[in-house]
Amino acid sequence: MINVLLFAGIREKAGRDTIRCERKGITVGELKLWLAETCPELADDMKRVMIAVNEEFADDSTVLKDGDQVAVIPPVSGG
Amino acid sequence: MGQQPVPDHFKVVPEPISIEEVVSKVIHPHAGAINTFIGTVREITKGRKTLYLEYEAYVSMAEKQLFKIGQEIAERWPEARVAISHRIGRLEISDIAVVIAVSTPHRADAYEASRYAIERIKEIVPIWKKEFWEDGEAWIGDQLERVAYPSGKPEGLTDD
Repeated sequence: MINVLLFAGIREKAGRDTIRCERKGITVGELKLWLAETCPELADDMKRVMIAVNEEFADDSTVLKDGDQVAVIPPVSGG
Repeated sequence: MGQQPVPDHFKVVPEPISIEEVVSKVIHPHAGAINTFIGTVREITKGRKTLYLEYEAYVSMAEKQLFKIGQEIAERWPEARVAISHRIGRLEISDIAVVIAVSTPHRADAYEASRYAIERIKEIVPIWKKEFWEDGEAWIGDQLERVAYPSGKPEGLTDD
């Protein structure tokens, strides 16, 4: 089970701050595709977000493990 | 090896930031300059009047990324000492959103490292700003106003 954290505009569009993904052995890129299918309202955003795995930015090729803390990171705007 | 950053000097906080407290973290006998950058909530952006802002963060990662900026500064300016606090939650006009303090033996490095820190915050730290106007609201960075990670890594800056 992978817990996916959602923030900011993505969290508001999805209407929740976490999504559970039960798929096994998927990559970050595949997770984005899964999120776009599961939540069509996020499909456009998935082209523009970063994914963090265990609090580090991760490439699409990164393979996710059970228990990883995954976060969808929309373009940042701090400061 | 120069100064290694102190994890406790990099904070994301829900309460007002004490400038004094952030500055006190970088005071040192070897320092001849302390540069502070204070980011505040602007009322008018692109002709539009902001009523207030909300900042949201992925706090644990944001603090880690702020610390990473400290490490990057340590590589480039080995004698610099750095502390950064960023506020989250609802902020009114002129409230302080971020305070960066950098001390160095000589002033030029303090100015450069301080500028470097704020620019990197806008690239790699998971903090988001939502603007509330009289006629609407929007997450900044979420409106295609900037190029969003085409390379798969954060890049690209706005002057916000």
